[in-house]
Amino acid sequence: MSTSTKMTFSRRGFIRTSSLASGGLLIGFNLFTACSPKAKPPVDISQLDFNDFNAFIKIADNGAVTIFSPNPEIGQGVKTSMPMLIAEELDVAWDNVYVKQGILDTNNYTRQVAGGSQSIRFGWEPLRQTGATARQMLVNAAAAKWGVDPSECTTKEGVITNEKGETLGYGDVVKEAAQLEVPENVSLKDPKDFTIIKSDVKNVDIDKIITGQSLFGLDYKKEGMVYASSLRPPAFGQKLESFDDSETRKISGVVDVVKFGNKIAVLATDTWSAMKGKNALKAVWTEDTKLESTAEHDKILTDLLNGSKVETLRKDGDIKKAFAAADKIVERTYHSPFLPHNCMEPMNFFADVTEDKIHLVGPIQTPERTANDVAELLNRDVKQIHLEMTRMGGGFGRRLYGDFVLEAAEISNLAKKPVKLVFSREDDMMDGIYRPAIKYRIKAAIKDGEITGYHLKEASINSNMYGLIPNFFPAGAIENYQVDVANYQSNITTGAWRAPYTNFLAFAEQSFFDELAEAMEVDRVQMRLDLLQKVKGTTDDRIQYSPERMEEVIHVVVDKSGWGKKEAGTFQGFAAYYCHNTHVAEVADVQIENGMPVVKKVTCVVDCGIVVNPLGALNQVEGGIIDGIGHAMYGDFGFEEGKPLANNFDRYRLIRMKEIPAIETYFIQNNLSPTGLGEPALPPAGAAIANAFKAATGNRLTEQPFMKNPDLLKMPEKEIIG
Amino acid sequence: MPAYQIKVNGETQTVDVSEDTPILWVLRDHMDLVGTKFGCGIGQCGACTIHLDGYAVRSCSLTVSQVEGKSITTIEGLSADASHPVQKAWKEVDVPQCGYCQAGQIMTASAFLERNSNPTSEDIKNAMHGNICRCAAYTRIHKAVETAANNMG
Repeated sequence: MSTSTKMTFSRRGFIRTSSLASGGLLIGFNLFTACSPKAKPPVDISQLDFNDFNAFIKIADNGAVTIFSPNPEIGQGVKTSMPMLIAEELDVAWDNVYVKQGILDTNNYTRQVAGGSQSIRFGWEPLRQTGATARQMLVNAAAAKWGVDPSECTTKEGVITNEKGETLGYGDVVKEAAQLEVPENVSLKDPKDFTIIKSDVKNVDIDKIITGQSLFGLDYKKEGMVYASSLRPPAFGQKLESFDDSETRKISGVVDVVKFGNKIAVLATDTWSAMKGKNALKAVWTEDTKLESTAEHDKILTDLLNGSKVETLRKDGDIKKAFAAADKIVERTYHSPFLPHNCMEPMNFFADVTEDKIHLVGPIQTPERTANDVAELLNRDVKQIHLEMTRMGGGFGRRLYGDFVLEAAEISNLAKKPVKLVFSREDDMMDGIYRPAIKYRIKAAIKDGEITGYHLKEASINSNMYGLIPNFFPAGAIENYQVDVANYQSNITTGAWRAPYTNFLAFAEQSFFDELAEAMEVDRVQMRLDLLQKVKGTTDDRIQYSPERMEEVIHVVVDKSGWGKKEAGTFQGFAAYYCHNTHVAEVADVQIENGMPVVKKVTCVVDCGIVVNPLGALNQVEGGIIDGIGHAMYGDFGFEEGKPLANNFDRYRLIRMKEIPAIETYFIQNNLSPTGLGEPALPPAGAAIANAFKAATGNRLTEQPFMKNPDLLKMPEKEIIG
Repeated sequence: MPAYQIKVNGETQTVDVSEDTPILWVLRDHMDLVGTKFGCGIGQCGACTIHLDGYAVRSCSLTVSQVEGKSITTIEGLSADASHPVQKAWKEVDVPQCGYCQAGQIMTASAFLERNSNPTSEDIKNAMHGNICRCAAYTRIHKAVETAANNMG
């Protein structure tokens, strides 16, 4: 029933066991080092002690299993799915497993880096090996007790059975197991024998969530703590000239006002008084650097697209020749705005900076980097920092950045008090680290009914697409292919936003292929399949998408959505995309209601390899699609004179209940290693609905949000005959 | 600061806060009832939804002086043991992703079902439209409200 997997990496040193004073076995492992593809094992493994481990499995004398996991939970479900991988190979009943968020402490735990959307992909092997190692030690202990060979023993749900049918619970042998050597080679289960992986497991925090227990950063409290609200420059490019806090200090509850850099923090006995105090501050701001506007960015990005100052990220063949020889050229430009993350839990953090230590608590995805930044800012030894992570009320990329942690630490340091910094929604939206505004221009050459050239150009604010993105589809399928990028350096802060770059690039490319198929008068799905055909057997190792897996999700979505077979009145749009190592195809069904096209249904097919937790996976896919539709339809964030034009949900529209379509999701069933799932369903959604709108109205949408051009979302007026 | 007598989850307590303090912050900062969440502060997102005399209201937009003499229920007081049909449905359907908005969603749904125990899908959509879920777990929120309605009826 087991397949033997040789340890192919020296991670054995990352697992260490110990007997507990209170009885039981403790197995330590370094989750993030194990999960990080770049991490290197330390030179001298004997130097490791338990301080080098950041995750633990505890098996008590009574057989109860506790998995302490420090991995950041931002709603993507890894606090549930990662322990599932351990429990599977440990071979215990999931109902007997307790998952606890490990207390984080940089004194004791090092190398804590959030795995991002790759947690499961990179954790797949090491987490199962950790569980399997523990299981093997328990089996070895039982075998020694019975005087039999370990290979004669089997396990099931925490019970070891020998060939005579005698049984021992894990709790019965845990003391002995703790004395044994850590086995070098362990067997991993054949996927067909999985009992936990591939089963529906509920969110481990569900009971706390539905009863309102303290769980999130905003909920954290400590004796003597005061609340802080900061006033920051209202526009990007401004600095603080002077301020008057006399009205603020009159407000009951306000205990202190501190200035730091270009910011002023008001400290009070409750959040409301701190916010009220902040609003009562009178500050004078002056222009420090240029105050930028969306109209200006629009022009700058267009100039970059028209210009020749670019960096070439991939170049196959010669696009110039292809365009010169083309029968027909199709060209289109796509426009997207900045986007704030708008996590439902506004940014916040607790900091208590004292002479001998720094205590930090709150929602952050990058605790190690942030702790280092705090140490540097306050000129302190990072070893003095004790950092605890809480559950996060959404991330979407925003909590990769620790600006609010630094701010909390600085305020606490100045005020000499334990401080809980809370952003108001306005602070959160106006002091964001936004998805940059981006424009794409795509140009294709058609000759003799074939796409002979393809040129993708990106103009973005502050940074450009990275890594493997230029090698995504249709790279490899078109002989002459080039990706060029350029950017403009702005003082508006930008960063990662759920499915960075691809969240808009997928819309541009998948809309473009729809248009290209129309121009070539070919079937839009067949056109993709024909292109994929050309990638098969490629020797280009930069290309990581699989034409076979993409083909399969396309075939299944065509079948499940009834593509091309819908009755009159339903209009369909198609999109297929690969990102985060996952292949996704989506079909949107649109119907006309009151003269407007309305998305009624999205059919989605996903190949993410083994689906570790189908219940959680489905939630991620459905949420990703709705998030993608919502931002494509409504998400708009502009600037004037450096100042954001929206600061709360009255002027920034997020998708709501009445605007959601029905969603039908299918996962390709295979036994391939799991890939990313928090993000890949989002990127194709915008194109799927835009292509369906085109089918319905005849209008091609090239600018997000679609609501910016409401006339394009209307059905054309019927021609009056006669 | 004036002292206010407020009745939360069946118990009357006295709090010393300024009269314009939204009940949201009284609950969270002064009563240690942190289940009610802060989302927008302007009644747009629904994360702070509580029951006031049985009606779903936005606690960020009601001051402490406005709720005196009225009865407040928060997520912590919806049931003693997570046994309210809406809480049970939320667990059965496994609604949450990040979970932050869910207390508000549950409070909106429970007040709604109290008045409409046999809702249509459209009724549910209308009732829940005021509560934002940034993770967009709307499909499951809808399903959980339906499940709760079935279990109550």
